[in-house]
Amino acid sequence: MKFSESVACPDCDLLQHIPPLDPGRKAACARCGRLLAKQPSGSRDLPLALTVTAAIALIIADTLPLMDLHVVGRFASTTIPGGAYEMWLQGQLLVSVLVLFCAVIAPAGYVLFMLVLLLAARRTPVPHWAAEMLRWLGHLQVWSMLEVVMLGVLVALTKIAQLATVDPGIGMYGFGATILLIPAIMTNFDRREVWQKVAWGDGEMPSRAAPAAPVARGRK
Amino acid sequence: MTAPAITAAQAGLVSCESCHLVSRPAGAEEPGFCPRCGEELEFRRRGSIEATWALASAAAICYIPANLLPVLNTITPQGSDADTIMGGVIFLYTSGSWPLALMVLIASVMIPLGKLVSIAYLLITVQSGSVKSSRERTRLYRIVVFIGRWSMLDVFVDTFTVALVQLQPLMSVQPGLGVLFFAAVVVLTMLAAESFDARLIWDSANPYEPAHGK
Repeated sequence: MKFSESVACPDCDLLQHIPPLDPGRKAACARCGRLLAKQPSGSRDLPLALTVTAAIALIIADTLPLMDLHVVGRFASTTIPGGAYEMWLQGQLLVSVLVLFCAVIAPAGYVLFMLVLLLAARRTPVPHWAAEMLRWLGHLQVWSMLEVVMLGVLVALTKIAQLATVDPGIGMYGFGATILLIPAIMTNFDRREVWQKVAWGDGEMPSRAAPAAPVARGRK
Repeated sequence: MTAPAITAAQAGLVSCESCHLVSRPAGAEEPGFCPRCGEELEFRRRGSIEATWALASAAAICYIPANLLPVLNTITPQGSDADTIMGGVIFLYTSGSWPLALMVLIASVMIPLGKLVSIAYLLITVQSGSVKSSRERTRLYRIVVFIGRWSMLDVFVDTFTVALVQLQPLMSVQPGLGVLFFAAVVVLTMLAAESFDARLIWDSANPYEPAHGK
């Protein structure tokens, strides 16, 4: 869907007009260079397919062992939530909660919210509760750090490999797949289109011809 | 660009931070709520400079114990051995994986320090009303936001080392207090970057009228 809109750059507040964009094109702020809009080039069903795949990969990543360790007849393995749990057992409660949030809750929340949002966005107008989810997605995205977790696991493996035999587990494959899928969802998801179709807070759907600066409401 | 450069605030409009809809505020003092998504509207984030200073200062204080206290304690029958962050970097370097050592050094020592210096620089230039190199300063802000998450690297390395190496009585690894302070540094600098309002960088060049303070 092509449309034009007026926006203020989130980084420098410059008012500017974004023309209809061809698929795969981007618009950047004329003054500070911030990316203002992009038009995904893939099919509109692609984000949904990617999100379903990511959900399956994430379940594998969170439940199956990431790595197995063998040393003189002893055996140990861990999962992503298992890492956070061990920190809890060792008395680092705050760090444990932080790891659980960044490595498990935020990515899972992101995929789950995205899944529900994409299903809801197939309707027009998009229900208002879906807009709430879209707002939350932005916050979850900041704290979802799977790629950093992956690098951390690799560094830990390298350190431990000095002392013991370490083998990657099945969970690692699910983990790797999720890390590739989440950025793919982000690039193919058209959040501008969802915002255009969303039902407004007061339940009204503005006409497409409505001015960019609508009449403001007072306090709720 | 043909139209004169004018900011939303100069035009008396307010842009929603959540859905980016530009709308007419309910009033100069209280812009009200976004008609589309219901987010509370603000011309500029309220108390942005004070909040950012507070969070960055707290992070700078935590940075000292984060680097001095051990992050990992290795316990073997021969005794125990405490490792700080720099100790972990040196261990990786001497055990032959210098690329990983460099990566941990950058993520755990240089990025947090660089972020603190950058945030302080952005705050000072905004407060002194600088109009120079605004584009570069905005780019610096975006780098700070983008790169912040990678500092969590050491927290995850420590977590998974602790989770795996529990081979009592042979060898076990326990987290030290340093990891708590280090995690605090990362979270506080990320929150500081989030609370800073990049639009303030441009306001000295494009002052706007509304009674609503910065």
